[in-house]
Amino acid sequence: MDFVNTTIERSTVQLSKADFESDQMVKWCAGCGAHAILAAVERVFPKIGYRKENFCMVSGIGCSSRFPYYVNTYGIHGIHGRAAAISTGVKIANPRLSVWMATGDGDSLAIGGNHFIHVIRRNVDINILLFNNQIYGLTKGQYSPTTPMGKVTKTSPQGTIEHPFNVGELVMGAQGTFYARVPDNNITMMTEAMFEAAKHDGTSIIEIMQNCIIFADKAHNDVIGKEHKDENMLIVKNGQPMTWGKNNEMGLVLRNTMLEVAEIGKNDVTADDILIHDAYNPDPGIHLMLAKLAPPHFPMVFGVIRSAMFPTYDDMVEEQIKYAKETSTIKNVDDLLNSGDVWDIK
Amino acid sequence: MPDTKRQIIEKESVVVKFVGDSGDGMQLSGSIFSDSAALAGNDLATFPDFPAEIRAPQNTVAGVSGFQVHMGSEKIFTTGDLVDVLVSMNPASLKANLKWAKKGATILVDIDAFDEKSIEKAGYKQNPLEDNSLEPYHMIKAPITAMTKESLKDSGIDNKTAERSKNMFALGILYFIFNRDTKLAFKYFEERFKKNPKIVEINKIVIQAGYNYAETVEALESVIQVGPAKMAKGRYRNITGNIATAWGLLAAAEKSGRPLFLGSYPITPATEILMELSKHKSLGAKVFQAEDEIAGICSAIGASYTGSLACTSTSGPGLSLKSEAIGLALITELPLVIVDVQRGGPSTGLPTKSEQSDLMQALFGRNGEGPIIVIAASTPDDCFYMAYTAAKLSMEHMTPAILLTDGYLGFGSALFRIPKVKDLPPIKPPVAEANDKNYKPYKRNAETLVRQWALPGTEGLRHRIGGLEKENITGIVSMDPMNHQVMVDLRAAKVEKIADFIPEQEIHGNKKGDLLVVSWGGTFGAVHSAVKLAQAEGKSISHAHFKYISPLPKNTEKVLKGFKKIVVCELNSGQFVNYLRMKFPMPNISQFNKVQGLPFMINELTEKFTQILEEK
Repeated sequence: MDFVNTTIERSTVQLSKADFESDQMVKWCAGCGAHAILAAVERVFPKIGYRKENFCMVSGIGCSSRFPYYVNTYGIHGIHGRAAAISTGVKIANPRLSVWMATGDGDSLAIGGNHFIHVIRRNVDINILLFNNQIYGLTKGQYSPTTPMGKVTKTSPQGTIEHPFNVGELVMGAQGTFYARVPDNNITMMTEAMFEAAKHDGTSIIEIMQNCIIFADKAHNDVIGKEHKDENMLIVKNGQPMTWGKNNEMGLVLRNTMLEVAEIGKNDVTADDILIHDAYNPDPGIHLMLAKLAPPHFPMVFGVIRSAMFPTYDDMVEEQIKYAKETSTIKNVDDLLNSGDVWDIK
Repeated sequence: MPDTKRQIIEKESVVVKFVGDSGDGMQLSGSIFSDSAALAGNDLATFPDFPAEIRAPQNTVAGVSGFQVHMGSEKIFTTGDLVDVLVSMNPASLKANLKWAKKGATILVDIDAFDEKSIEKAGYKQNPLEDNSLEPYHMIKAPITAMTKESLKDSGIDNKTAERSKNMFALGILYFIFNRDTKLAFKYFEERFKKNPKIVEINKIVIQAGYNYAETVEALESVIQVGPAKMAKGRYRNITGNIATAWGLLAAAEKSGRPLFLGSYPITPATEILMELSKHKSLGAKVFQAEDEIAGICSAIGASYTGSLACTSTSGPGLSLKSEAIGLALITELPLVIVDVQRGGPSTGLPTKSEQSDLMQALFGRNGEGPIIVIAASTPDDCFYMAYTAAKLSMEHMTPAILLTDGYLGFGSALFRIPKVKDLPPIKPPVAEANDKNYKPYKRNAETLVRQWALPGTEGLRHRIGGLEKENITGIVSMDPMNHQVMVDLRAAKVEKIADFIPEQEIHGNKKGDLLVVSWGGTFGAVHSAVKLAQAEGKSISHAHFKYISPLPKNTEKVLKGFKKIVVCELNSGQFVNYLRMKFPMPNISQFNKVQGLPFMINELTEKFTQILEEK
């Protein structure tokens, strides 16, 4: 075997949503945000353009992790918390697969926290859809690592006393190269982020603010709900000024080393003063600040916050193997067995 | 170069042990010595004995490092119980190892290391070289450090560097004692340090100085000659169990055409497998050092799904962590090789010591009904074939396989007759063909009950598998009670059918008799040697050494039924014996166990056999 072409093979025919629809009954609750995520995936996979056999879906445990059964690709439903490790094995072993991982805030940030930070640190080229509903759904309503402090749940009758993770902050702390945050009530925005994730070489994290209608209903409503989104959602686009509000009158400015909210037209602030989003900046400084912004003093930032180019683990694996094959005198196992100190007995 | 002035004593086998402080280079002297023995045609086995710490306090018993070589003109099965020649570089190493020396053993000591402070640190009340306590031994008291420095005084290197070569001076003395050509030792340096002639020169000077010194020692009245062993024709090398395991997996990957993937986390005494495979990227081996044991096995499961020969290597505590994932591999019916290099347990236990600690864990350490393949290697060189077999059975029967080796096998070495890959048995994984209209994830081969391996990327075979119970044939998630029963039974029957594809259990000795000695895994050498001794004494005794544990060979019950008494010898509290009792309830199965982190000694086994045979 010579050079391994790691480019994922493209489909020669135009694929459609139907090519990815599974014949299985989708067993999520009516009104669950996961239905919209499935719709977005079925919409984006044909657009990405790879052969349908080259998609591989991997998951752990939880409501989110039933995902592989509901989309017609190759798929493996793993064990609790380990989807990132399984995905890593799939991608290293066969870099010609487009690997997508469905996981939740419990699966990836609690029981699977270790694998989550390490897959990001290594920058393995997989796409992670992190369903963040701030609750354990499948076990019926215990708090998770993203549940806001003080929240009453079945295991925190007096309110939680834990500091929740901010997913973006964790991703950047682990040297993440791609981070997007999207709401489950906007299929177009989800689809766009998934498309960008597919284009990105390296670990892509898409945090989906997903609603659990049974155990944490409207957990994200104060930000993404119809009545709040103009005020509390800043949707960033690379190369565009970071503005929000009913008439895009609000904007982010950088003063000293801090982000501040400014209103265009007030206090001598003009549109030119508003910070332009640079998702491709290798330096994560501003990206981290954006990920941490939250109401009441700031909007929450959505869209592709970071998409930086760094070498991927799987590419480097292939490069090392290619180099070793070119330079080593050991070409097969017989060579190996007969290498070094050997002697003949006649 | 043989010394004609001295009497030459021929010996069939000799055990030599090099001991000293962790930094004294005992592993290197020992390896060079054993390589030379091999080149001179001896059969041999070696074992390193080192502390769990990297550099325990200098000159303490805790910091003693050793390397044992058993060489012979006859077939060598063990690394030897007691030592004929002990090379001791400091008081602590003498203190720690004297109990392993035979009465009358030759002991070479570096008297320069026996200063007051070192003697005290070793825990001696007085200098053992001066209190007659060593009278039962043949002592060679040599000023090794001083003479090493003296030999290098013109070489232009500083005293401290010169002192570090004292292990080579001791080695030179041994070449004289064993009537060996020092050129065999020179060869080692000449081949490895081609680009650094100074290193070659220094080591040659010191080795030769040690040899020349020995010639002048009057205490050495005779030299020992161990002639070449009668060995099958062929090409040989010396190999440790861990390296053999790694190479067996590489051979299986090449033979099956499935690329090798190893996902592992470093753990003593299994780490060498991970390190060795990391070196062989030219053979396409993909080696992933994971963030933990669980990620190691889970990455391997991902790789297995895509069609790799996927493996993970570990030791007892790591196997505990992998339990849940092994269940995933068995319910998804994916091939996966789990190598467990056993060590003393429970918990962290005795990391550098050997024990047959994990048999029960390997067989039953999972939630739910979880039958998988469990096999065990017998000797360091056998690790090659058993790793190959684990991979073959796992891929051909689409179920995980645990290969049990142990620290004693993993670190120990034996001579390995090098096979040709073309002569190894074929490996034919049941890979599904593209666009097979009849493909279903859990459709099975009627004879073997094996499902097909459909690789992502293949046209027309898209499917999902996972940890939830699946409907037979279709692979759709199913909570149906009767289907669960069917699947549990099928998974068990599939593993049981592997008995048709493994060799029948062999018996060394007669098929009927008074006593059958049963053993498994890394105790083969000691138990085999002990049974042979008892047989030579005319006892009605035979030996059955098990390599295939789940499933057991088909004739197991028949083998056991041929004997009045059975004793199962294990380095644990009785794991295999209870497995056998469960499978074949017989009143005449007794057990002999030892859990000390040490191998069986031949004499303790023969004593036990005699005792059992004499009992009414």
